[in-house]
Amino acid sequence: MGQHVTGHVSGKNYINEEPGLLSWFTTLDHKRIAILYFVSVMTFFLIGGIMAILLRLELFAPNTTPNVGQILKNGDVYNQVLTYHGAIMVFMVIIPGIPAILGNFFLPLQLGAKDVAFPRLNLLSWYVFMTGAALAIGTFFSTKIDTGWTFYTPYSIRTGGAVVMMVMAAFIMGMSSILTGLNFIVTVHKLRAPGMSMFRIPLFVWAIYSTAILQVLATPILAITLLLLAMERVFGIGIFDPKLGGDPVLFQHFFWFYSHPAVYIMILPAMGVVSEIITTHAKKTIFGYTAIAFSSIGIALVSFFVWGHHMFVSGQSELAGIVFSFITMLVGVPTAIKMFNWLATLYKGSIQFTAPMLYALGFLFLFAIGGVTGIILAVTAIDVHFHDTYFVVAHFHYVMVGGTLMAIMGGFFHWFPKMFGKMYNELGAQLSWVFIFIGFNVTFFPQFILGAKGMPRRYFDYIPEYEQLNKISTVGSWLITTGFLIGLFTMIQALRNGAKAPDNPWGSKTLEWQTSSPPIMHNFDHEPIVTAGPYEYK
Amino acid sequence: MAGTFMPEQGTQIAKQIDSLYGFLIVVSFISCAILIGGMIYFALKYKRKSAHDKTAYITHDTRLEILWSVIPLIIFLVVFAWGWAIFHNMRTMPKNALEIQVTGKQWAWTAEYKNGIKSTEIVVPVNKDVKIILASEDVLHSFYVPSFRIKQDAVPGRYTAVWFNAEKLGEFYVFCTELCGTLHSAMITKLRVVSQEDFDKWLIEESEVGLLPLAQRGAKYFQTRACASCHNVDNAAAKIGPSLFQRWGKSAAQENGATVVFDENHVRESILLPQALIAAGFPKPSPMPSFQGQLSESELSAIIAYIKDLD
Repeated sequence: MGQHVTGHVSGKNYINEEPGLLSWFTTLDHKRIAILYFVSVMTFFLIGGIMAILLRLELFAPNTTPNVGQILKNGDVYNQVLTYHGAIMVFMVIIPGIPAILGNFFLPLQLGAKDVAFPRLNLLSWYVFMTGAALAIGTFFSTKIDTGWTFYTPYSIRTGGAVVMMVMAAFIMGMSSILTGLNFIVTVHKLRAPGMSMFRIPLFVWAIYSTAILQVLATPILAITLLLLAMERVFGIGIFDPKLGGDPVLFQHFFWFYSHPAVYIMILPAMGVVSEIITTHAKKTIFGYTAIAFSSIGIALVSFFVWGHHMFVSGQSELAGIVFSFITMLVGVPTAIKMFNWLATLYKGSIQFTAPMLYALGFLFLFAIGGVTGIILAVTAIDVHFHDTYFVVAHFHYVMVGGTLMAIMGGFFHWFPKMFGKMYNELGAQLSWVFIFIGFNVTFFPQFILGAKGMPRRYFDYIPEYEQLNKISTVGSWLITTGFLIGLFTMIQALRNGAKAPDNPWGSKTLEWQTSSPPIMHNFDHEPIVTAGPYEYK
Repeated sequence: MAGTFMPEQGTQIAKQIDSLYGFLIVVSFISCAILIGGMIYFALKYKRKSAHDKTAYITHDTRLEILWSVIPLIIFLVVFAWGWAIFHNMRTMPKNALEIQVTGKQWAWTAEYKNGIKSTEIVVPVNKDVKIILASEDVLHSFYVPSFRIKQDAVPGRYTAVWFNAEKLGEFYVFCTELCGTLHSAMITKLRVVSQEDFDKWLIEESEVGLLPLAQRGAKYFQTRACASCHNVDNAAAKIGPSLFQRWGKSAAQENGATVVFDENHVRESILLPQALIAAGFPKPSPMPSFQGQLSESELSAIIAYIKDLD
């Protein structure tokens, strides 16, 4: 892309420029803040993952089976584990995952900027996030909550446990999300390098930008909803509890008005990562740059008007159900466009089967299944049967894990040489992919069938006819775990003994690869001047 | 083909839904075959041969892009409209339907019929429109009959409704599908579809149950709750659970070493919390389901009165 900017030769980079652990906690550098997020989010991922393994172990056999049937003490413990699994994975892993780690690190680099627009605000975001996360984890050590990550009323008002503390934690983490989003929007508008027009920014930036709009506009709704819930619990103000004159369905409207856009907060950045990986590792210009960029924005906007598809059987009117079903179908179109664009990008490319590319192809595979099952669920009459069954669980894991987590892993390996200046072991990374990809399908595909057969979600125990498929699913979870452990081991091994990474190991055209690996403190020796688009592979 | 993974079809609506679902599965399969198949084909065909591979420079193709926007849109609109048609049918309550009031409560369903009977099992006549009016006493619950493909939340503070016309005789599961606490996954009941004659007979029998002596009522519950499938009431060898014959008032060794007198409170605890104490020589954990929330106080007393009389 444009003028080639040479790397620094002094051997100084953002990692070794300032010594001491303290310098990391006071840093204003976007790359270092990204590393702070990297370490924290991965820690939370580990905790959420352990919860998932526990859930699958419990479901290995019906409770009446001797020895293996009942692992957890009772239904309350099971409900707590599923709540922490959901809340940690959603609020502390998937939502901050790509924007806060990869977005923080690469958005300024890809724009040719020295940093984000508000570096202090950026550090504050991390501290706010960690405060919320500490509160959330704190509930685990005070009184555990069992409401599910959705906090549906009136159960969440009447159950014991530190619901208010958890809700405050989500509120505070939402604040961090808003600050990060705001920072990114301003950075994209104000800090692009000379010559970098809006239609020359990489698609990863478009994706993060669309996400940032969602973060800024949708998160306040969650904040207000959670605040109302806390007020109801603490002061007994009747908003959602019918005993006090409130309406429990109102809570669902408020909650999904945020949480549906949040689904796109989770997936849009992943789509951005996939665009970067595919173009680079196929050495091919992206097919339909404008279509992909605008479909990101399109998805972001339309996603505000589909929340009612979570509520087809909640008691909302038939007309509302129909309208939400219709608008949901419309969101399917830009999503389909993206899938076809990536497919067309592979056409006549030079495809290298590196670990990042395998993860990106894995994303396309799993997201295709997640997408079509999403359309199935959007059909009102069909959803009546599938709502709150394992079909829904399988669908959103195909999107969130098969989509977002595959993209996160792909992104980590793609940018690992740039972030840490070390090459990872290709075999280890590919092996992790094999286990995650196969394990994922073994875990979640049977859940579509379980759902079709009518097994409800959030069940501590089940009738004997669901046993076989649950067993398969649990075995799959062990394969996924193995895959992530191999991935983790590969990264640690690379950090310790990895060969020095060249500045641009993949031959990419975007700006972050034109500086040294790892980048110097202010990213570039001198401001890059951009004369062409980001994917000019000719 | 697609219907094979769906539960038994108990209603006409279930058949309609399965046809639409079958269509969706076929279209989904074709879409995935194009996307995933295309991806694998391109990935293998255009595998990198050398670091100096020249790639095609194709930025867009308007005709192709319109095609892959419009075709999915048309498919989406077709399934949307098809789904709407069935959904409208599901949501339009038939006139002159048999109305049953079903109330969800942590963690049991109670059905109330027009003649005043209350039952934890839902019994309905075959080939008749039935309207279930749902309410909740505490938190959200959701009334789900997989074989009928119907589901509706029971919302505290308002009524919701759902209808069906069962075509098949038999027993069908009713699940709760909205997280409602400790025993959410045990909030299961049976929906029994019987002939009109059996239904009328059942209504009369049930309304007379209240007039029977306590122990006789207990004997009836002992059968309908399937207690008899695991517990003997005569001096035959014990089945899965301990025999209840001539046991009343005697001390019995427990699996944990304690000795407990077989009295009202012990029997009550064993019915509501089967895992609390397990008789020596019987499997641990006990395969017996908990009846917490599934039996009323008067039903429980009746069962205990029946067990007391077994000598």
